[in-house]
Amino acid sequence: MFYRESGDFKKTYQKDSQTFPIKFDRMRYYFVLAVAFLVIPMFLTDYMANAVMIPFLVWAIAALGLNILVGYTGQLSLGTGGFMAVGAYATYKLMTAFPGMDMVTVILLSGLITAFVGAMFGLPSLRIKGFYLAVATLASQFFLVWLLNKVPWFYNNSASGQISAPEREMFGVIITGPHATPVAAYLFCLVFAVALAWLARNLTRGRLGRSWMAIRDMDIAAEIIGVNPLMAKLSAFAVSSFFIGIAGSLFFSVYLGAAEVTEAFGITVSFAVLFMIIIGGLGSIFGSFVGAAFMVLMPVLLKNVLVGGMGWPTDLAAHFEYIIVGGLIIIFLIVEPHGLAQMARVLKEKLRLWPFPH
Amino acid sequence: MSADFLYLVEVILNGLMAGVMYSLVALGFVLIFKASGIFNYAQGVMALFAALTLVGIQTGQVPFAHLINAIFGTNVHHFGWQVPTVLAIALTVGVMVLFAIIVERYILHHLVNQEPIILFMATIGLAYFMEGFGDIMWGSQIKTMDVGLPSGGSLWLEEYTQGWAAEGERYYGMYLDKLDMVASLVAIVLVVSLTIFSQYTTTGRALRAVADDHQAALSVGISLRTIWVIVWSIAGFVALVAGIMWGAKSGVQFSLSLIALKALPVLMLGGFTSIPGAIIGGLIIGVGEKLFEYAIGPLIGGATENWFAYVLALMFLVFRPQGLFGEKIIERV
Repeated sequence: MFYRESGDFKKTYQKDSQTFPIKFDRMRYYFVLAVAFLVIPMFLTDYMANAVMIPFLVWAIAALGLNILVGYTGQLSLGTGGFMAVGAYATYKLMTAFPGMDMVTVILLSGLITAFVGAMFGLPSLRIKGFYLAVATLASQFFLVWLLNKVPWFYNNSASGQISAPEREMFGVIITGPHATPVAAYLFCLVFAVALAWLARNLTRGRLGRSWMAIRDMDIAAEIIGVNPLMAKLSAFAVSSFFIGIAGSLFFSVYLGAAEVTEAFGITVSFAVLFMIIIGGLGSIFGSFVGAAFMVLMPVLLKNVLVGGMGWPTDLAAHFEYIIVGGLIIIFLIVEPHGLAQMARVLKEKLRLWPFPH
Repeated sequence: MSADFLYLVEVILNGLMAGVMYSLVALGFVLIFKASGIFNYAQGVMALFAALTLVGIQTGQVPFAHLINAIFGTNVHHFGWQVPTVLAIALTVGVMVLFAIIVERYILHHLVNQEPIILFMATIGLAYFMEGFGDIMWGSQIKTMDVGLPSGGSLWLEEYTQGWAAEGERYYGMYLDKLDMVASLVAIVLVVSLTIFSQYTTTGRALRAVADDHQAALSVGISLRTIWVIVWSIAGFVALVAGIMWGAKSGVQFSLSLIALKALPVLMLGGFTSIPGAIIGGLIIGVGEKLFEYAIGPLIGGATENWFAYVLALMFLVFRPQGLFGEKIIERV
């Protein structure tokens, strides 16, 4: 009875086309934001921040980016790891070349650089479709990782081939480097995650998003009704890479602190992000967040149960983790191929009819 | 002949044979994609699993020894017998057939009519599952594959070609791996027998019918489920062959599953639906990769083999978006 459109009168067009038309949804949205910004920082421990919250936010941003490309535009991509690496290395170069630049600018610029690289690697999508394109995006994955590994300029000739983030502060609080407080790092990521989710939501329901979805549903038909496939596909690649670049940038500077490209941004990263959006739901902002939460929480949970709870050797537990992750993915796809977001939608429908279902 | 030229010939020959090894993996992909439209990412892990199983059976390992020891505190590892190679291979084929049946019954059967990307993700899930399962079943340490295949370079060829170089040049003869030569022969036999099977047997005909059109095949009474089990069994067998060859070459270990990534550009170049495409694509990729590494690799820091194959395939695709031998993609609004 609390989840109803009725009684919630919209008096302006603006109100009519808002993101959350149902009052309960709106309240819930503000509630989640308030909890995330005000309540969680109060109880945030080091372990919680570094093992759960920060990776969750970073992966959520990456998932949002990939969802724009795969879920909204229908271009299957396996190059996420490579693009995250570009974001990370751009951040590193900017941070070391311009020590005075503030972090928000650094991260946004890294996103823009990645967007440019992404648009370049999106060019084959104009000719190649489907799985051929998916395999072609692997080229960007392997090539970018190889390039970042081979050219010493990218890691400032450091002997180990690693990049490590120098200390930077914002408003007098350290947010990167080993002395950063978890709360500051968490809030920094949270601001980006919220802003980007807002951006993604509004892009996807605007003109650009509609042209992406038209391309996804059928590119030839979209072309006939006047959608420019060049613009739509390249903009999708660019925007998606912008998000992924920012995710890579935060992943390196705030979360990892130091990274080595083949380890941190390998092909497994690409698959992990793809899992997130499939499990969360293709073409759904909410789904990107749920999928990321699922993929971040599950290994932590499994490790705690198998190693901490049952006392198994870690290598055996790691193998079991593979089995469980693989099994869960298959079960998920069989039970609900449209992901957790679809489950949420079904639940909402049920809520609207409750307590009198038919 | 100058030594440089002979060296180039050697690089090309080695490239061709490396290409054959890629084709062996790509073949499994093509078989499944043709028959069910599933892009089976798990093919590489299937090769690893088959190789692990073969070595495990052959050396009489106790399956799940690590798990049993962890739960019951026992210390079991081996049954203490050796199984003859032929019997072990036959048993492994049996395991792969069983695997095909399980995959069909518990995964594919529930995912009929889903979008290709969902099926693709399911096979990635399957790959993860099998990776963990294989390690738990047989242990994750590196094992050597010993099925009586020859190894090392061919001394005979080295001596024979030594005299080819011009007078006064230092040339030690061509180095070709005996294992690679065997692999090439096996690949030829495999492709010929697969072609004969699909052209001249009733089951082969049914396979092609399913590949052409699922619904039409169903309507004339071909059982999709049986066909899928057969296709996955054949793919499992091809994976076993690939696993034996790659396992004998570089040891049976986790990295064996990554050969799938080597096979993808081959697949892209040859077309997802063509068996000859898989072979010819493999040869082109093998030669191109080795030549590039030989000619340009040293200039730009080496280790180009990881990505060059993809770039090469990409260049071909720009001109032929369906691969060299793929079926023409016709789209209607």
